[in-house]
Amino acid sequence: MLKFVKNHMESITGIEIYPMISLLIFFTFFVTLFWWVITAKKDYIKTVSNMPLDNQNDDIS
Amino acid sequence: MEMQQFHYDNKIVKNFIYATMLWGVVGMLVGLLLAFLFLFPNLTDGISWLSFGRLRPLHTNAVIFAFVGNAIFAGVYYSTQRLLKARMFNDTLSKINFWGWQLIIVGAAISLPLGYTTSKEYAELEWPFDIAIAVIWVVFGWNLIGTILKRRQRHLYVAIWFYIATFVTVAVLHIFNSLALPVSALKSYSVYAGVQDALVQWWYGHNAVAFFLTTPFLGLMYYFVPKAANRPVYSYRLSIVHFWSLIFIYIWAGPHHLLYTALPEWAQNLGIAFSIMLLMPSWGGMINGLLTLRGAWDKVRTDPVLKFMVVAITGYGMATFEGPMLSLKTVNAMAHYTDWIIAHVHVGALAWNGFLTFGMIYFLVPKLFKTKLYSLGLANLHFWVGTLGIILYTLPMYMAGFTQWAMWKQFNPDGTLVYGNFLETVTEIIPLYWMRAIGGTLFITGMLIMVYNVIATIRQGSKVENELAEAPALERVTKRRTANEGWHTWLERRPVQLTLLATVAILIGGIVQIVPTIMVKSNIPTISSVKPYTPLELEGRDIYIREGCVGCHSQMIRPFRDEVERYGEYSKAGEFVYDHPFLWGSKRTGPDLHRIGGKYSDNWHFNHMYDPQSTSSGSIMPRYPWLITGSSSQLDKSMTETKMEVMVSLGVPYTEEDIANAQEDMLTQGSQIEQNLYTDPDFANTYENDKKQASENGEDFIEMKNREIVALIAYLQRLGTDIKVETAQR
Repeated sequence: MLKFVKNHMESITGIEIYPMISLLIFFTFFVTLFWWVITAKKDYIKTVSNMPLDNQNDDIS
Repeated sequence: MEMQQFHYDNKIVKNFIYATMLWGVVGMLVGLLLAFLFLFPNLTDGISWLSFGRLRPLHTNAVIFAFVGNAIFAGVYYSTQRLLKARMFNDTLSKINFWGWQLIIVGAAISLPLGYTTSKEYAELEWPFDIAIAVIWVVFGWNLIGTILKRRQRHLYVAIWFYIATFVTVAVLHIFNSLALPVSALKSYSVYAGVQDALVQWWYGHNAVAFFLTTPFLGLMYYFVPKAANRPVYSYRLSIVHFWSLIFIYIWAGPHHLLYTALPEWAQNLGIAFSIMLLMPSWGGMINGLLTLRGAWDKVRTDPVLKFMVVAITGYGMATFEGPMLSLKTVNAMAHYTDWIIAHVHVGALAWNGFLTFGMIYFLVPKLFKTKLYSLGLANLHFWVGTLGIILYTLPMYMAGFTQWAMWKQFNPDGTLVYGNFLETVTEIIPLYWMRAIGGTLFITGMLIMVYNVIATIRQGSKVENELAEAPALERVTKRRTANEGWHTWLERRPVQLTLLATVAILIGGIVQIVPTIMVKSNIPTISSVKPYTPLELEGRDIYIREGCVGCHSQMIRPFRDEVERYGEYSKAGEFVYDHPFLWGSKRTGPDLHRIGGKYSDNWHFNHMYDPQSTSSGSIMPRYPWLITGSSSQLDKSMTETKMEVMVSLGVPYTEEDIANAQEDMLTQGSQIEQNLYTDPDFANTYENDKKQASENGEDFIEMKNREIVALIAYLQRLGTDIKVETAQR
């Protein structure tokens, strides 16, 4: 990837830093995401996932 | 805790369902007419507003924004109220959303066949409609977020996140892609040119698929599949990963629509990388949907709602596997411009969007009318007719795509093309077009069965426009995280922060791709011999746009041996710098036109436009007599100067002198073409006779040099010739 970025965007100074920043953004994004998902509380997951089913009006009818 | 009573607004849901069915039938019937135009190209002979090029955008827009759009609103308005335990924020906003959207659709149904189009795929509507869409979309978002803020449910279910992301992203995409300078009330030029326009367009086009056809439907899937199966989603954790990774990655994938084109290579590679990554969240979502049925598969045997949903999710899985594969350069080299892509999008549209909508309608209508479905048998019939329709539609199109690829690229040992005449590759696949038309007919038949079944159900039921419900009011909690609360748990009970984060997630990809391409000049190497179009060519180009030629003809020769052999030198980025908008196209039902200039005589083009079958036996191109004869053929030159001035403000270097001399210039160029046409004795005879007859009868006579066909010929003869000048100079 780097060589394409460098070839086409030589006019930007310090362009080489872009892929590094990208990698960092991605790494942080996904690590945080998985960290949260793995540590989420069971109670919460259970409550929220039952939300579509929790509907009194289905019975009223 | 005190219970509050309130009413769910069912009427708005009902209205959107009716609109979904109506526009679904209309949009698909237009599609069917198009399928038959492949077989009988002169079916609507001489009727300009029923010609293929003008109807194709109507079909795509009707299916995407009218059929799927109304289905989204129906599902969102139903599920949002229930997931948040609140009536929609404001009834007036709901009504404006409904009627405004329908008005825009009617406007599209009138303006597109009349030829008012920007030619940018899935964004063809002209600027006043673009503004109307933005306004109605904001009304929808306002209503949605308002409801979220007055909810009685602390936590936001994942479906709501998908709706929020849909609202935010579609707004961003629509606004940036539609930026244009108006020339008149129904004509505008894109502010971007050539390569940049292509990149922005496919950033939009791809994400219209992502955030209009996918994310809202995933939200619907996360609500309606658990509901229909009566069990929670397989893994809520997976749905969180699905949501964030999908919206974060999807936005980058647009350039895979432009592989091997003149788009800078770094942008192409970025698009490929993200498209392949996209397989993971997409399949995560599909698996999550299907596994929700764990332990309930027996219900799929009896419940048509689940049958439709299972096929829908399977279709989603197939389309999202195929998407990343099509983004691989080798596969893309085969599939791009062929009917393979038509098969691919119809797996998505017919199976994923169509069948999920049908499942949702079969689920909702009995609920909204407090009754049972009129006929399970008819619903099952619809399911099987529809499924067979999908198979009969897509399989022949895959075959057609493979055939086109194989025939286009086949070389003789002596280095010439085996099928040098493009028409051979068209006539070869006509039987497959027949099968496709039959498949389409089946799918629509199924849809009509549903409409009948729904009407019968409604007749036996009783409508409940406002459904009573009760829930405790939401207790206020601190803005900060409460004890033992994870940050995401905190985040998803704070809708505004969640919306902002989702916006950031989608903006990163857009900015990284688009800003450098627009800001950095070196991305588009300039070619000194490339000059702006002459006034007549500019007018001809607008006719090309109006007639929707771009629907069947590309203007982008990829750097492949067979394409260079067939069409000429491959296309360079610098050749398109004055193209507002770009006209690269995405489908080759007919041959590429980028180097058509100078290839044939003016007479050939004249005869070909009058009757394509006369110059090219077996051609499936329609006739364009309204450009050539009758009062409709008069070229409207009243806007030419304004058009040029708008081009100047977009950076096209017309001088004041150019603009002042525009009329004279057009006459000179038109007269030259008229003179060229006289070389054909047949033309000279007919034309002179017409002229004589008109003067004898005292009728107005439009001279050839003032007819639209001449402008179109001027444009076609110019196409791709600029770099030939450079070669000659060397």
